Amino acid sequence: MKNMIVFKELDANGLDYLALLGWLLVFIVAGLGSSWYMEHNGHIVTGMTNQIVWGMPHVFAVFMIIAASGALNIASISSVFQRKMYKPLARISAILAIALLAGGLMVLVLDLGRPDRLIVAMTKYNFKSIFAWNIYLYSGFFVVVLVYLWMMMERRMNRYARAAGIFAFVWRLALTTGTGSIFGFLVARQAYDPAIMAPMFITMSFSFGLAIFILLLLFTYKATNRPLGDRILFMLKNLLGVFAAAVLYFIVVRHLSNLYATHRHGVEAFILLNGGVYTALFWIGAVLMGCVLPIALLFHPATGKSCSAIMLSCWLVILGGLAQIYVIIIGGQAYPLDIFPGYQVSSSFFDGVVHPYAPSLPEILLGLSGMATAVFIVAIAMRYLPILPMSLSDAAVDPSHDKSK
Amino acid sequence: MTTQDQKEGQDQKEGISRRRLLSTAGAGMATIALASGVTLISRAQATPRVRGVGVPASSKIRWGFLVNTNSDPSDWDTCVAACKKENGWANTGHPNTDPQWIRKVSLKDKRTGAATSLPMMCQHCEFPPCVDVCPTGASMRRADGIVLVDRHRCIGCRYCMMACPYGARSFVHHDLHNQRPSMPRGKGTVESCTLCVHRIDTGKNPACVDALQAKGSKAIIFGDLNDPNSEISREVARYLTTRIRDDLALEPGVLYRGL
Ligand code: SF4
Ligand code: SF4
Repeated sequence: MKNMIVFKELDANGLDYLALLGWLLVFIVAGLGSSWYMEHNGHIVTGMTNQIVWGMPHVFAVFMIIAASGALNIASISSVFQRKMYKPLARISAILAIALLAGGLMVLVLDLGRPDRLIVAMTKYNFKSIFAWNIYLYSGFFVVVLVYLWMMMERRMNRYARAAGIFAFVWRLALTTGTGSIFGFLVARQAYDPAIMAPMFITMSFSFGLAIFILLLLFTYKATNRPLGDRILFMLKNLLGVFAAAVLYFIVVRHLSNLYATHRHGVEAFILLNGGVYTALFWIGAVLMGCVLPIALLFHPATGKSCSAIMLSCWLVILGGLAQIYVIIIGGQAYPLDIFPGYQVSSSFFDGVVHPYAPSLPEILLGLSGMATAVFIVAIAMRYLPILPMSLSDAAVDPSHDKSK
Repeated sequence: MTTQDQKEGQDQKEGISRRRLLSTAGAGMATIALASGVTLISRAQATPRVRGVGVPASSKIRWGFLVNTNSDPSDWDTCVAACKKENGWANTGHPNTDPQWIRKVSLKDKRTGAATSLPMMCQHCEFPPCVDVCPTGASMRRADGIVLVDRHRCIGCRYCMMACPYGARSFVHHDLHNQRPSMPRGKGTVESCTLCVHRIDTGKNPACVDALQAKGSKAIIFGDLNDPNSEISREVARYLTTRIRDDLALEPGVLYRGL
């Protein structure tokens, strides 16, 4: 069997590497401090209310959790669909998936009203709850991906790697379905409809996860002076373009089908037309930045071959993705519950009015600390594990060169 | 300890027959229908109005409210005040984050312009989505239909608040002061109307209902929907009633008349 790819730990003892870790630690500590501050004073110090019960931390957490399963995609393509070109990237893809999930879960847990009761969440289950299922799906994901990684890295286990990869692939589909279903199962909320939430989340995961993956690759190979060829980069960026288009497709289908259901007209008008910040985030953030611009940049003959345009597209997909999750989570709550259809309602509990929300600094810091944690884990893993190929030059990755063996 | 509390303590010691007496005395409450030939024990296990210590809640009971929306709108303010006093929640000047176990909702029909108002509290659903989604099982439905949050098990994830179609739940956003011994609460956990479970279990009416009765109002009737002879069942059989968001088929235990 061919094996031209040489994996090697980062040779990173330089100041740059330590400075990076230092900065990440600053963010991580800031997030931990925010969480302590929120728990000590109560959630009153956040922008969250009794109407907007899930705020900025959930936006980051959900984004990272779905991006985690998407980051594993590269490994899946290599193992499940037997695409050799992707093989050198499989290990780093698995590590990134684990790191993103860890970061997302950290934010989710630290935003609980009682994070000190995590042990309760781990020991007491209500099996009817999709949330409880997700606890299994998430912890299982770590195990499944770690085993998969081990089989890829341990030569004697290589032959099981494909089976493990398929298992991990199925698991990640279940995981994203589970995450999407958290919203899909909320019968009371006009903004969430069960049928399309899960497939939409899966497509979003492909797009967000790949954007983070490409950025990571570009950054690391540049910083370490390892060669990164156009072949692999263009392949990935084309894939990102396709995924971004798929997300756009789901956005269109979701809102079009909602427009058929009369009882959803109110919330649709809110998101698409008159929802103020949510409408802006939807059109400018989710649609334009998250889909249209990246698709144009990635497929245009001029920009499609430019490294900086590809990098920009990745950032746009990430920012647009965050905007999209924000609109889904916060916008879905800001629109009032329709408790009395056909009536105009008012109360001291803000029935019938759009609920305001402004994220507070601690919430944002907590969210960013999750991202920092993910990058920190990847940086440490790259330093101590042979997960990064020495070269991703065209010659190194192109299977046609193998035939000379 | 109040004299009322002492009396209840005695009741429990004095056992089943005393309990039965108390239950028959309960205002318009479900009494135990005594079929002749039934043993004392099985009677006690049937549907005691007062729940003894360690006795599980009975699924033969379905506690509920019948709200008459044609009542004086000030009645709902009475309920809110009584609930605050009984259970220790209050306005602290942060309307967005202060808990509200019961609130007065004003309604206006968009087509006809007709207006009314009603009290909105936990509807004690037969099939409560808040219980379904709770990851730890802290949100629970007692056999007698009362939906509660176990404050020791609640991790504060707030998924139940996302799931409740009635906005019935509140999250405790800040430190708590002046807690009532009968109703322990906790910062960082979720809470809602308990149907005054601590009062029901000792044979009393919920605080809001008592407060209404004290001012001579029957705007809310409390009782066992499963007992055909209870006042609530008789009223429900007589008048058209509505369950709010009935389309969701959650079978709330709170019924509204005149809506
Ligand atoms: S009204 Fe809301 S909180 Fe009460 S039982 Fe129904 S779903 Fe649960
Ligand atoms: S039953 Fe008790 S807790 Fe519920 S609204 Fe009435 S007073 Fe409040």
